[in-house]
Amino acid sequence: MIHSPLPQTDYMASGHVGCPGCGATVAMKFALRALGEKTMLVIPACCWAIIAGSHPQTSLKVPVLHTAFATAGAAASGLRAALDMRGDTETTVVAWAGDGGTFDIGFQALSGAVERNEDFIYVCYDNEAYMNTGVQRSSSTPFGTRTTTTPGTNWKHTRKKNIVEAFAAHRIPYAATASIAYPEDMIRKFQRARELKGGSRFLHVYATCPTGWRVPSDQCIKIARLAVKTRAFPLYEVTDGVRYTLNHDAEPPLPVRDYLSVQGRFKHLTDDDYGEIQAMVDEDWELLKRKVALAPEEARA
Amino acid sequence: MKEVVEGSHAVSEAVRLARVQVMSAYPITPQTHIVEALSEYCADGRMAARFICVESEHSAMAAVIGAASGGVRTFTATSSHGLALMHELLHWASAARLPIVMAEVNRALGPGWNIWMDQTDSLAQRDTGWIQLYCEDGQEVLDTTLLAFRLAESASLPVMVVLDAFFLSHTYEPVDIPDQASVDRFLPAFQPRIQLDTQDPFALSQMAPPGCYMEMRHDIEAGMRRIPEHYTAAEEAFASVFGRRYGMLEAYRCEDADIILAMAGTAVSTSRQVVDDLRERGEKVGVLKLRMFRPFPAALLASLAGDARKIAVLDRNFCFGVGGIFAQEIRAALYLMDSRPPVYSYIAGLGGRDVTPETIEEIYVRTKQSERPAPESVWIGLDPAACPVCRTD
Ligand SMILES: Cc1ncc(C[n+]2csc(CCOP(=O)(O)OP(=O)(O)O)c2C)c(N)n1
Ligand SMILES: [Mg+2]
Repeated sequence: MIHSPLPQTDYMASGHVGCPGCGATVAMKFALRALGEKTMLVIPACCWAIIAGSHPQTSLKVPVLHTAFATAGAAASGLRAALDMRGDTETTVVAWAGDGGTFDIGFQALSGAVERNEDFIYVCYDNEAYMNTGVQRSSSTPFGTRTTTTPGTNWKHTRKKNIVEAFAAHRIPYAATASIAYPEDMIRKFQRARELKGGSRFLHVYATCPTGWRVPSDQCIKIARLAVKTRAFPLYEVTDGVRYTLNHDAEPPLPVRDYLSVQGRFKHLTDDDYGEIQAMVDEDWELLKRKVALAPEEARA
Repeated sequence: MKEVVEGSHAVSEAVRLARVQVMSAYPITPQTHIVEALSEYCADGRMAARFICVESEHSAMAAVIGAASGGVRTFTATSSHGLALMHELLHWASAARLPIVMAEVNRALGPGWNIWMDQTDSLAQRDTGWIQLYCEDGQEVLDTTLLAFRLAESASLPVMVVLDAFFLSHTYEPVDIPDQASVDRFLPAFQPRIQLDTQDPFALSQMAPPGCYMEMRHDIEAGMRRIPEHYTAAEEAFASVFGRRYGMLEAYRCEDADIILAMAGTAVSTSRQVVDDLRERGEKVGVLKLRMFRPFPAALLASLAGDARKIAVLDRNFCFGVGGIFAQEIRAALYLMDSRPPVYSYIAGLGGRDVTPETIEEIYVRTKQSERPAPESVWIGLDPAACPVCRTD
């Protein structure tokens, strides 16, 4: 018997086809616990389109609409409109997409949807590359990463797109980051997102991919925790695009090298590269702190 | 009540009367008047519907796919580049068996930019699993749009209602706009066959491995094969309420015709006139109006046109490296038939160029005078001055 203030009912079945140690499946498990049964998922092409199961099976106990790669934002808008027309305002529509489907090919449709302030939750589980097709780079892939399309010395020399800032700039009611290593924080954010009905809510969920990152499958959560502790992936919330709240101060931070050096995808980096990446992390953190300081009255929800 | 309305508004009036619940579209000339009118109906309460103003046609089709999966009646409209941009999702809509209705205004594809009449955009989507119905005038546009909802919903397949850019979309004609009660009798409230439900969770459009994909495709084809049956039933019901019917194809003065001219769209009206004139001069000629293109009504075509000595097809479209698309389809349809008149293929009226009575008469005369069809499509009215590589024989 588990004694926990967190919701314990699972809407995900065992026997799905995720890789061992898949962070994206951990993310779904906690998300659905928080959201409950009155949830409909819209899933574009991504690993989760496979993990959810092949016809005639499904690994999820909520309805799923599978849709084309670029369309999560638009298809979720249509589904929401249909439910509204049928008088069902209770069900939460949740688009659930990878970083490729969010940062890249689905960016336009999502930008359009959140500008219209569509009443849905959009979740990007971020494993920092196109994993389903074999680890190709996306615009979420961090500086320094080797992928199958950024191999050898052509490892990715540009920074990861800051997706939360992009959607904060759309002035959406709620945007937040979350990590599978911090389930209480993540569940609270999903619950908050569910309660903030009536507009677009964006959740950016860090999801380790042992296969694509070349790390042992039992290191999934540990690496996710290191991302937060090194400030490579800060946990924060933005309401109405301007009020920032930091959820985990990571003080004092661990050096980003501790996070990078345990992953095969960064094995080639030199001391200079580590230094360069540390400077980027520090700069991003300072910027974030300044935004948080702009709205000090915003209390943690 | 008869009103003088634009072809575009014949579409939007039908969509209003069909009580569509969710619409989504992206503007493109010459489709804009359709969606502007629908936006007004939503704003002023004449329609109890949601209009989702998306940022692209790709998203428009995705949004109506999402809405149809949620169990409501849906509509979208586009043209040309917009339809091409939707291509991926046209396959998605039909394979998901969603009864979406779309108005598609036939317009040329660039480059160079050309907003005028051309059929290549819709015909290029022939393999996407959409039913395609081509219209000749404003009344037919309104009637076909209403019919399309009933057909789509009875067959669980999407329907494209096709109308000529400007010649139809922007032309004012008297159109009988029915009252709501009559339309409700013909088209009752939508009863979705598919609808996501939190009480009964299942997945739609999920992965289909080799062990079931073929069967799913075969099932769609089985649905397509039943379209003539559904179509006839829907037309029967339509005729009993409104007294009009169109058929899948229409043969005009074809019974004893030596030469049958075949085409789709507004050029049919011009051809009717040319046929009347030629008949007065003693020529044995008729028109075959191509209305249903998908599924292609091959058997009906053979029974209506199989006894002619020659068939001349006017294509306002082109498939590079092959020829006129309607001509190819007609040749293929006749191949297995007992009587198989030679099919002459002509290209005219691309990118908004007029198809005049003279154009059609030229096609008739050329067909009458040639012993057998040329191996390639014959282009009518090419101007060598406008295009130095043109050769007219
Ligand atoms: C239009 C289109 N282009 C390409 C693909 C191939 N494809 C399927 S999933 C995928 C990558 C998905 O990456 P991401 O969104 O990050 O999800 P992940 O697989 O990493 O979970 C690609 C490129 C597709 N399905 N559709
Ligand atoms: Mg990814």
